Amino acid sequence: MEVCSSDGFNVTLREFGCEQCLLSRPDGSSSFIQGDTSVLAAVYGPAEVKVSKEIYDRATLEVVIQTKVGLPSVKERSQEQCVRETCEASLLSSLHPRSSLTLILQVLHNDGSLLSCFLNAACMAFMDAGLPMSCLFCGVTCAIASDGQVITDPTATQEKESRALLTFAIDSTEQKVLMSSTKGSFSVHELQECIAISQMASEKIFQFYRESVQRRYSKTL
Amino acid sequence: MCLRVSEEEVLGIVLEETNGSVDEKIICGPGLRRNGDDVVVCKSGVLRHKNPNLYWVDSQQRRYVPVKGESVIGIVTTKSGDVFKVDVGGSEQASLSYLAFEGATKRNRPNVQVGDLVYAQFLIANKDMEPELVCIDSSGRANGLGVFGAGGLLFKGSLGLVRRLLTPQNEILKDLEKLYPCELVLGMNGRLWVRAATVQKTLIVANLLESSENMSAQQRRTLFKRVADGNL
Repeated sequence: MEVCSSDGFNVTLREFGCEQCLLSRPDGSSSFIQGDTSVLAAVYGPAEVKVSKEIYDRATLEVVIQTKVGLPSVKERSQEQCVRETCEASLLSSLHPRSSLTLILQVLHNDGSLLSCFLNAACMAFMDAGLPMSCLFCGVTCAIASDGQVITDPTATQEKESRALLTFAIDSTEQKVLMSSTKGSFSVHELQECIAISQMASEKIFQFYRESVQRRYSKTL
Repeated sequence: MCLRVSEEEVLGIVLEETNGSVDEKIICGPGLRRNGDDVVVCKSGVLRHKNPNLYWVDSQQRRYVPVKGESVIGIVTTKSGDVFKVDVGGSEQASLSYLAFEGATKRNRPNVQVGDLVYAQFLIANKDMEPELVCIDSSGRANGLGVFGAGGLLFKGSLGLVRRLLTPQNEILKDLEKLYPCELVLGMNGRLWVRAATVQKTLIVANLLESSENMSAQQRRTLFKRVADGNL
């Protein structure tokens, strides 16, 4: 468990694990593990696009989320939209007009903080595929327990017992919020507290990205 | 210029300028973009520097994006009118005109069928237009470009592997030369074509090239030695 406390906030994140370039067919792939939650991401692109879906000045980004069991439902569609918005904000899609970028996310195990795990896996897969991006992004989930305490990177049981669940996508250059997805009721003060905590947690995640990429390229140096 | 060289760069980092001379011009290669007055990294990889003023990011990538002037191996997919459509592995098929072959005229058409391999160069390749290939150079001579491929094997590697094989005096090719005589065509789109004396030797060379991507120099030399001794 990594623990970091500053300014009275207690930011604890579960243990991270990440692997890039593990699938042979996609242009980029990665696997991201947060505690027991594990997600596999694959990116194809820039590839051919159907004329009906092409955009004249940008790449068409498509996100597909596959759950472990069952067909995708409305919940997966809304998660796909959240991931898509974050990716559109950070990818330089104007460099590849009239082509398609496809991101496929497969849930291997869900033990809470699934949306932030999707975002982290997606970012690592884009880096692996060599797609041009203006900034990195990461996902952080906060759960507000019934007594008002904020838990970062909650497990599935902590999520169920919480009264509000907030997920933020944070960018790497200015720690701004790219996307937020919330469930439950919370006050404005609690929202700002969660954003501040997420920004602090994102620094640790970006440090982890750096180390993973360093490990990967250390062979070619 | 204060740039960290040979370090892994992760995106969005602005490469800072110190109080260098204002007249200094730097050339930004792949992976770097200009954002107003700043140079920003847009791909993750190792930042490299070549004197006097060339900087670029070395990244490992599998998907090819057409660039003007690069020579690639394409597969002819359709013949339509005066133009062939060639698959180069990018987001769009490239077009290759009938007249862009050595000695081709309207009466004397080149002998190109669907499914043939062509080694061609990009004449036009930018993000806004359909890429165009030619099989002649600016003086009208073929110079190694054109249709090829009878009897060999085409396989795919990563772009980094092809770039490594194309550097002059590289070790992988030197080790391979000592092994079997073979013919090798390298396309910058990650496609490699090999032909050796027998089918088995062709397959061996193809497998060696594919596996040498992820091996260190020592492991590669041991493997080549094993093959040379006939123990594989």
